[in-house]
Amino acid sequence: MPVWLTALIAPFIVLNVVIGLVTYVTLLERKFAARMQSRIGPYRVGPHGLLQPIADAVKLMMKEDVVPTAADKTVYNLAPIVFLIPCMLIFATIPFAPGMGVADLNIGILFFLAVSSMEIVGLFMAGWGSNNKYALLSAMRAVNQIISYDLPFIFSALVPVMLAGSLKLSDIAAAQAGGAWFVFYPVIGQLAFIAFMVATLAAENRVPFDILEAESELVAGFRVEYSGMKFALIQLGEYAHIIGSSFLGSILFLGAWAGPGPEYLGPIWMLLKAMFLFLVLTWIRWSFVRIRVDQILTLSWKFLLPATLTLLVATSFVVVWRAGGF
Amino acid sequence: MTLRLDDPHNAQGHPEHSRGVSVDTPQATTRVELDYSGGERLTMNMGPQHPSAHGVFRAILTLEGETVVAVDAVIGYLHRCHEKLSETLTYAQYPSIASKTDYVAAMTSEFAYVMAAEAIGKIEVPKRAQYLRVICSELQRIASHLLWLGTWCMDMGGALGGGATIFLYAIREREAILDLFESLVGARLLYGFFQVGGTRYDIPAGWADQCRKTIADIDSRIGEYEGLLEDNPFFQARAQGVGYISRELAEDVGIAGPLLRGSGVNFDLRRSAPYSSYEDFTFTVPVETAGDCFARYRVRMVEFRESIKIIRQALDKLPDGPISSRPGLKSVAQIRIPKGEAYSRVEGPRGEVGCYLIADGSAKPYRMKWRGASFSNLSVLPHIIPGHKVADVVAIMGSVDPVFGEVDR
Repeated sequence: MPVWLTALIAPFIVLNVVIGLVTYVTLLERKFAARMQSRIGPYRVGPHGLLQPIADAVKLMMKEDVVPTAADKTVYNLAPIVFLIPCMLIFATIPFAPGMGVADLNIGILFFLAVSSMEIVGLFMAGWGSNNKYALLSAMRAVNQIISYDLPFIFSALVPVMLAGSLKLSDIAAAQAGGAWFVFYPVIGQLAFIAFMVATLAAENRVPFDILEAESELVAGFRVEYSGMKFALIQLGEYAHIIGSSFLGSILFLGAWAGPGPEYLGPIWMLLKAMFLFLVLTWIRWSFVRIRVDQILTLSWKFLLPATLTLLVATSFVVVWRAGGF
Repeated sequence: MTLRLDDPHNAQGHPEHSRGVSVDTPQATTRVELDYSGGERLTMNMGPQHPSAHGVFRAILTLEGETVVAVDAVIGYLHRCHEKLSETLTYAQYPSIASKTDYVAAMTSEFAYVMAAEAIGKIEVPKRAQYLRVICSELQRIASHLLWLGTWCMDMGGALGGGATIFLYAIREREAILDLFESLVGARLLYGFFQVGGTRYDIPAGWADQCRKTIADIDSRIGEYEGLLEDNPFFQARAQGVGYISRELAEDVGIAGPLLRGSGVNFDLRRSAPYSSYEDFTFTVPVETAGDCFARYRVRMVEFRESIKIIRQALDKLPDGPISSRPGLKSVAQIRIPKGEAYSRVEGPRGEVGCYLIADGSAKPYRMKWRGASFSNLSVLPHIIPGHKVADVVAIMGSVDPVFGEVDR
């Protein structure tokens, strides 16, 4: 097969798998939340509600697409796409098994972090273009929050990078071969993992950090004016971003595709680990109340950022010490 | 503070004041506004169609960034001419309608109305009916507080977060109480259980055991909710120190119920002015001095347990005898109350529910006036909201626990 053909087919497959995964992850979350709240969850569409995501997608496609008269039409219409593209692009560098991925860049994690913070552009466009005060406030909060939490997110993700000595995601996974997962690395590993999870929650706008959506005061935040397929695209992007971060977390801390059984089970293990991280995020989401915008910023700038920075410096000392540098 | 009614006719006086009874409408005081320097201000409407409006409340917020500098509260969207309506309905009919004022605590609204009629007519209520009234009022208090707990947590935690989890737990318990009411009255929300002279129904066989079981379940689960919320630093960060009402402000504005007790005022009508045999039961009145949302939360959490205590005692001591001092109703106009006037007040879940009734000797009252607890509680909002963040507005509003059926009537 010519190289250009692989370069077309691989992203096509990954894109479709991700979209399918996102669709069904919503069902997983709804079922999980339902169990937590002692109810059943979706049950009517298909056996055990298995066709519910498809019904939802069809419903959203058939909905009327309302564009507010006073909206900035270009910005408003473009925002869902601008938001979705970085959320999908982050899957480009994720290796799902050795040699199985779109592009295993040698700066893979850098690409991931850079692209994933691009979602803020789409968010702000949606909030600004809607010409709605709720959406505008939400967009302002989005900029505040995502800038505040990108730094701790990057610092905590750099800890495994330093331990592995490579920015390439497959190298980081290989460095954890034989069960030496970075989450088990004494002290540093656990602290970095916790910081990573907190920063992920905040970067993904999940409760307790979902001040962008904040439906009790801002109704639905930046997407309050969106309906139909545009709303679906934003929703898709948001979940794709969460799943992308879960995959990143399983590569950085949980040994990626390592697991018992033959090697071809690697992608399954990877998926299971990512789903585990996703469910942890979901668990937190459905048990906490939202904190206020000033409390979120305080938590980031006064606690999480200095802590992760110290952790990063400590890691560098440990790495040098382990290499016999002192 | 500005409390506005959107209807321009209301500026001069209410159309329902038609029979020559003059009612003074107090002038609204100037609104509280923080002195902020510089910056552009954003006026944002919260309500009347808003997920946290608790019905149809409109708060016009003036924002300085995320901080609220001023708030205009607009009410009146749920006005249904309740007081005028009462003049056209007989004493037998109106209790069912009275439950539509505070529809979250329908029992206590009915209670206030029949107590006023009984006070004018000097009608004795049999001991068994008094105890049944107490049991139902306390069950209603638990149900109402459960709904408050759920919706307040939803205000703070969002419908798509931990708040919804608490909400669904609380609704599950409330459901059990509504089942009890359903087997007692046949209705789940608006009962018409109270009648002048007693109650309309006696408890069916097995009801008392079912009631004991339900309150035992709730009693054991209240502790779980406390654990889920109070051990949670995010919940504390949202509730503690937010929406402070000083004792002076509480007394000046005339708030009542858990809000008043959360601000350090030890006042509960069930103990300060006992009615319907409340003096027969031992219970404590929780008082917190902090005056913030957390204090109000604590007061209500203790009230759950105290209500359960009262229900247990009432079920244990429930005397035999008739449930009404009046013969069974054969027509709606059968109850005639002699000429006179009276004010009755009961301690509802949200505070003092008062009913001022003027009877002219016919089967219908001449004039009736509600004192809604939510209405006076709501008027504290413009005093405490300025200076808080937008997210706190909903937390404070939730902690006030307004029911707009009672505010607008």
